[in-house]
Amino acid sequence: MLDFTSLAFTDVSRNFGRRRALNRVTLRCDAGEIVALLGPNGAGKSTLLSIAATLLEPSSGTLRYGDHDRHRDLRARIGLLAHDLYLYPELTAAENLTFFAQLHGVADAASRVDRALASARLADRRDDPVSGFSRGMRQRLALERALLHDPRLVLLDEPFTGLDDASAAGLVERLRELRGRGAIVVLATHDLEVIEGLIDRAVMLRDGRLVAIADGPAPLRQRFRSACDSEIRQAGH
Amino acid sequence: MGFVEASWLVTRKDLLIEFRSREIVYTTLFFAVSCLLVFAFGFVREGRAVEDAAAGILWVAIAFSGTLALGRAFERERQNETLRGLLMAPIARPALYVGKLTGIVLLLVAVELVMVPMAGVMFQARMLAHPVLLSALVLTGTIGFTAVGTLFAAMLVRTRSRDVLLPVLLYPVTVPVIIAGVRGTAALLAEEPNVAMARLWLSMLVTFDVFFITLALWTFEAVMTE
Repeated sequence: MLDFTSLAFTDVSRNFGRRRALNRVTLRCDAGEIVALLGPNGAGKSTLLSIAATLLEPSSGTLRYGDHDRHRDLRARIGLLAHDLYLYPELTAAENLTFFAQLHGVADAASRVDRALASARLADRRDDPVSGFSRGMRQRLALERALLHDPRLVLLDEPFTGLDDASAAGLVERLRELRGRGAIVVLATHDLEVIEGLIDRAVMLRDGRLVAIADGPAPLRQRFRSACDSEIRQAGH
Repeated sequence: MGFVEASWLVTRKDLLIEFRSREIVYTTLFFAVSCLLVFAFGFVREGRAVEDAAAGILWVAIAFSGTLALGRAFERERQNETLRGLLMAPIARPALYVGKLTGIVLLLVAVELVMVPMAGVMFQARMLAHPVLLSALVLTGTIGFTAVGTLFAAMLVRTRSRDVLLPVLLYPVTVPVIIAGVRGTAALLAEEPNVAMARLWLSMLVTFDVFFITLALWTFEAVMTE
C-alpha cells in the first residue's frame, strides 16, 4: 500500500470558469501535525480540501503526497469529512459503515464497524436508518466513515458542525489521538475556541490566497483577526 | 479490491436502497403501465391493434421509464453528495460505472417482467411465441440504452438542468438501440414471425452494447474528474 508522511501544495491554483477559487497556494503539512485552515466563507477552504482529497484537479501547480503524485491507490490513505456527509439515509448506520469499509478494502470490516459505532456512541442505533438521525449523530457517524480505513491524511471540513459540547470534546480527543498515531490532519473550521490548544499551526485563506497566521501566546481568534486586519490594510494600499 | 467485487458492492448497495424505498420500481412501473394504457386506447380498434404497434409502444415505454430510473438513481447519489464518497474509494472508477449500470438494468428488468406481458395482453401480441429471443432482444436493448444513459446521467449529475438535458442527450444517441429493438421485436410479433430478421437485429444490439460499454468504460474516469 502506498504511504506518505507529508502533503505539499506548490503554487496550486484552481479556477471555476472565470472565478479563481485558489490562487498560487503553497503549503506543506507533515505527519503528526494538525493544521487549521481558517478564513471567511468562500475563501477556498473546501476547494483546497477537495484537491487534497483527489476529488478536484488543480488548474495549475503541483501536489505531492510524500514522494508520490496523485494516484488512485493514495485514496486508500485519505479520509475526508466534508460538509455533505456522504451517508445514505435509507441505509442503517452499520450498513453505511460496512459499505464504505468494504469499498476501501478494510480487513475484518465487521469488527472495525463495531468499533467505529462504539466510537461514535451509536452502537445502540446501529440498525436504525440514518434518515432518522439528528445532524450531530450523522456528523459523528460520518467522521467514523472517514476514519474507517485508518487514513494517513485526514481532511475535515467544519467537523464541529452540529456537535454538542460532549461530542466536540470527544472529537478534539480523537484528533489528538490521530496526531499521536502520525496522521496529517487538516481541518477547516470557524470554531476557533474549540481548536485553541489543539492545533499545531493555523493558516488563513482569503480570496483564494494563503496568509500565514503568526504564532504566539495570544488567543487564536486575536491572531486570526490581526491577520485579517493586516490583509485588509494591504488590500487598501 | 478487484473490479468485479467493487462493482458488485455498488450494485448491491443500490438494490438494498431500492428494496427499502421501492421508489424507482414503483414510479417506473406506474409510468410504463400508464404509457401502455394510453397508447392502447389510441392504437387498438375493435380489439385489433395497428400492425407493429406493440413493438413500438413497448420500446417507447422502456425508453421513457428507463430515463426516469436513470435520473432518479443518480439523484440519490447527488442529494447527499454520496457520489463523491464513492469517488474517494481506492477503486477503478469504471467499476462504479459498471456497478451503477448493473443496478439500473436489474431494476428495469424487474419492471419489464410486468411491462412485456401487459403489452402482450393489451395489443394481443404473441409475446410467448419466441420467449428466449424476445427476452434477449429486450435485455440487450435495455443494456444498450442504460449503458449510454448511465454515462450521461453521471456526467450531468452536477448540472442544474440535468432533468431536461438527460433525455435531450440520451435519445438521439440511443436511436439505433431503439430502432433495433423495435424492428427485432416487430419481426418476432408479426403474423408470421421472421426469426432470422429478429436474430439480425439482436446481433446489432449486441454490437451496440459492446461499443457503448467500451466507450463508457474508456471515458468514465475523465467524465468524473472535476
